[in-house]
Amino acid sequence: MIVPLSWLKEYVDIDVTPQELETKLFDCGFEVETLTELGAEVSGVVVGLVEQCEPIPDTHLHVCQVDCGEHGKFQICCGADNVKAGGKYPAALVGAQVYATAKDHVTIEGTMRIKKGKLKGFESQGMLCSGIEIGLNDDLYPGAEYCGLLVLPEDAPVGADIKPLVGLDDWMYDISITANRPDCMSVLGIAREVAAALGKPLKMPALDYKTDGTKLDGFKVTVEDTDLCPRYQAHYVRNVKIAQSPAWMRRRLALVGIRSISNIVDITNYVLKEIGQPMHAFDLRQLEEKQIVVRRAKQDETIVTLDEKEFKLNPNNLVICDGKKPVALAGIMGGLNSEIKDDTADVVFESAKFMRDNVRKTSRALGQHSDSSQRFEKGVDEYATQLGLKRALHLIDELGCGSVTESGFAESVSADPTATRPLTVSIAKINALLGITVPDDEIIRILTNLDFAPQISGDALSVQVPPYREDIENAPDIAEELIRMYGYQHITPTFLAAASVTNGGRNAAQNSLLKLKRTLAAQGLCEAIHYSFYSPKDLDLLRIPQDAPLRQAIRILNPISEDLSIMRTMLAPSMLNAVIRNVRRGNDEGGLFEIAKTYHSAEEHPSEEPEEREALSIGLFDGGKLSFFDGKAVLEALAAAFRLSFTYKKPENPEKYPFLHPGMSAVVSLDGQEIGWIGMLAHDLTDAEVPEHAVLLAELDLTALRPYLCKPVTFEMLPKFPVVQRDIALLVSEKVICADLEACMKRSCKSLNQVRLFDVYKGKQIEAGKQSLAFSLWFRSDDHALTDQEVDQFVAKILKNLGKEFEATQR
Amino acid sequence: MEKQIKAMREEIESAAAAITDSKEMYQLRKQYLDNKSGKISALMKNMRDLSPEERPAFGKIVNELKTWALDFFTAQDSRLKAAELAEKNAAEQIDVTMPAPAVRSGALHPNTLIANELIEIFAGMGFTIFEGPEIENDYYNFTALNTPKDHPARDMQDTFYVSPELLLRTQTSAGQIRVMENTKPPIKILSPGKVFRSDDDATHSPMFSQMEGLVVDKGITLCDLQGMLDEFARNVFGEGVRTRLRPSYFPFTEPSVEVDVSCFECGGKGCRLCKDTGWIEVLGAGMVNWKVLENCGVDPDVYTGFAFGMGIERIAMLKYGIPNIKMLFESDVRVLSQFRE
Repeated sequence: MIVPLSWLKEYVDIDVTPQELETKLFDCGFEVETLTELGAEVSGVVVGLVEQCEPIPDTHLHVCQVDCGEHGKFQICCGADNVKAGGKYPAALVGAQVYATAKDHVTIEGTMRIKKGKLKGFESQGMLCSGIEIGLNDDLYPGAEYCGLLVLPEDAPVGADIKPLVGLDDWMYDISITANRPDCMSVLGIAREVAAALGKPLKMPALDYKTDGTKLDGFKVTVEDTDLCPRYQAHYVRNVKIAQSPAWMRRRLALVGIRSISNIVDITNYVLKEIGQPMHAFDLRQLEEKQIVVRRAKQDETIVTLDEKEFKLNPNNLVICDGKKPVALAGIMGGLNSEIKDDTADVVFESAKFMRDNVRKTSRALGQHSDSSQRFEKGVDEYATQLGLKRALHLIDELGCGSVTESGFAESVSADPTATRPLTVSIAKINALLGITVPDDEIIRILTNLDFAPQISGDALSVQVPPYREDIENAPDIAEELIRMYGYQHITPTFLAAASVTNGGRNAAQNSLLKLKRTLAAQGLCEAIHYSFYSPKDLDLLRIPQDAPLRQAIRILNPISEDLSIMRTMLAPSMLNAVIRNVRRGNDEGGLFEIAKTYHSAEEHPSEEPEEREALSIGLFDGGKLSFFDGKAVLEALAAAFRLSFTYKKPENPEKYPFLHPGMSAVVSLDGQEIGWIGMLAHDLTDAEVPEHAVLLAELDLTALRPYLCKPVTFEMLPKFPVVQRDIALLVSEKVICADLEACMKRSCKSLNQVRLFDVYKGKQIEAGKQSLAFSLWFRSDDHALTDQEVDQFVAKILKNLGKEFEATQR
Repeated sequence: MEKQIKAMREEIESAAAAITDSKEMYQLRKQYLDNKSGKISALMKNMRDLSPEERPAFGKIVNELKTWALDFFTAQDSRLKAAELAEKNAAEQIDVTMPAPAVRSGALHPNTLIANELIEIFAGMGFTIFEGPEIENDYYNFTALNTPKDHPARDMQDTFYVSPELLLRTQTSAGQIRVMENTKPPIKILSPGKVFRSDDDATHSPMFSQMEGLVVDKGITLCDLQGMLDEFARNVFGEGVRTRLRPSYFPFTEPSVEVDVSCFECGGKGCRLCKDTGWIEVLGAGMVNWKVLENCGVDPDVYTGFAFGMGIERIAMLKYGIPNIKMLFESDVRVLSQFRE
């Protein structure tokens, strides 16, 4: 929220610098996001008196001799049509900074520095400025938008800095207001805090007004839905004269970014900014049956708002109606049908408290927002409702833009909106929360400054909560008021002085996850984190069939875009995208892993908490050398680290993995349970996305794997008897797989302790369709040392069985 | 006899002189010293043909020969082996400046590194780790945290909903409620995890990570909160780094504070990192709101507590000097591989 220093000074006698005030505000909970001087971009501009002004022949230019007081006298060339000898204008000296304007002399195009120049052979040592060029407009300074020089008052002191003279020395505070302090969403609200922080009295704005003694007979205000509108006030103003607002009001509105429209509209905006109360004005002529009814809209009732948009309403929306029809969308925008026009004479002013949640809901549902709705969404209190109306009536009276009548209406559930709320809290509890003792006299001082009328009796602190402080309910709230004003520097760090000793750290499962990550990093993989949502297009990338369970994704109701609209059911699409991104950036090789949740529910918009399964995704890529076994090595390292044994099988239904190479992919199992897959990316997908590269993807269901990751270490005795090694080379059909041969060998001999393939040969030296596989076999027995003869018999039996089962022959 | 012995000695010396290979030398040695077939051994056998008187003298000179031969061959062997080793070493010279085969080096994500660091710090203070679901119900994420539906504080966080009642959690604070509902104080938990907000621009990511801390026990004060945060700041950002509390607002804490650390880059003098303020905002915290305690069945007359929450990416970016949050989610291996532990 923007608050001008000059406006604040109307209510508080501020005797600190703008920067000191910023610190005061910051310390008591109001962060000033930016503090800027209104004329920050203008410098070196002084009051210049044109002593002589001679036209330059055949041009529109004049050459002027300008007296700039203490700065000297300068010759300045000027093209403005209103320059004349004896006039006082803003003179930008050489080295000054002013705004640069486009050819139209109105549109600002950044800033410029004034240099010595020469025009038509005449030296020019500076520039005489327009209002626009020094950052003014008509609202900030009347006449500033004239397309020529800004004419300064005759009594302007020659050579004086221009800024204080035209109000450019003002400071603008952009303050962020926390959600618990809607009462500070106004200049007066901030002024209250400033007064408390500086220990100064608050000067309330004038609220008095004269009435013309008349009454509006037969007018009625009814609030049907008090749950959505706890307070509704209206006042009748006659003989309204629509005109321009006075300069001081236009200037203030301009400072907070509101363009002046007309006195009546300006007054409502002024009260919104000053008091924080949104107001509305109806043209009495348009109110049928001379009444106002506040009620829920009927189903399919319609309204056209001031901006000429039509809305179809329902009973969730609160409307202000006359005797027949809605004339305003409560708290959001007035209806076109009751708009103030140039010939409006009789007006009903509205000041109300509409419940913030209802305004929010309606505003969101209809997509219709306004300054008013934004203010109501934060929460307006009934105190402001009453104050705002009084202030508006005062301004009408002061500006003479209408006669205030006796007809005021106030419909409210609470009798007195100015009543304070008594609250008594324990000082001991406050100190226990803060951990320090705030001295009683400080408590009294702080709460008095905040207008809480404190009284202390023993441990009991009694206060009267001001009506606008709806956020104050209990001892912690009072504790916060005290400490923010007393100062957080009084908090002295302690280290859980009174707390119980507890045993901390990760549990076994959390430790194993960290070990898993470190194991993968040790395999040369970098941990990646990707968004938990993606697009159905990402599943298209992997050609996941439309009817596949992986397509059953949870959909976000309000996604940022379709690209981030469904919750991940698998991690691989994100991983492939990461690989593609890397390759496109010229990273020729790498390895990535991600551990993240996948989300599963039968419903697109689940009614119950969906299943979150943890998954591990792996992606390897390089310039083409990468093989399936590089990926398998990573999984085997993982298995080894956790003393597990994975088995790999070609997928029985490869159509489940349409993104993988059908011949170079496997289903991974553990303990007979399928836990994931691994494979090279399909050729055509590789060619399309990352040509001339090789990509391996794998994904494991970590939730299924988790129980195995916490397996404790069990020690195994070393063998008592020596191991005997033999190598065999087998000639078998290419179709025979290694795992089957190994299984057969192990079945054939219980003393075969370990078997490992160490060479594969296919080629000219052997028959087509066959392969030569060389294995190392390690034999040992637990009860005796094996003899050569025994081992020879084992090998013979193994070869015999291999021959029978696979037509394998020894090579 | 002696002549014979001398001849054999010369014979050995001349044969050895012609040999340059240690294996051949070994063969020569065997010819003379083999127990069964060696020529010196054969001399010993000849002793049987001598009279008992001659035997001692003969035995002596044969033994002398044998001792000489053993020493001779040992010396020959050492000489040849040394030469052979020198020759082998000379043939095996390498260029040590040639590159080693590439070993890909992996790394944990900066978020993981920061989370680990925080967990280590707080584990030492007695915190355990709690991880809640990422798709939360509205109650845990907002209502129980004193943020009823349509409370203006919900504006602070634009929320992704997956159904009217379920949302992507906007804060790890949701975990507070789950823990307090199921655990009696004393409670000291850390709750790390992903959170989601509908915000996507240069400085915001729609997904990021938070680390939440919660302590509930008898006699917990705001002073304890600052004491613990001082410890955190020193550990994460370095000795001498201080914390500053300033008033703020969160619906689930009262009083609420924003916590700044003194700028670890300039020591508080003012620099680009701290935007010339000397302080860097790192987290939000406060005393657990009585209403939140009551919502979880904890008696605020008996127990008090504090909670704090920080953005892990923010800490990572500050600590490592990462300029853009998006870099953390792009998986560029040139970025990620820099974070080797």
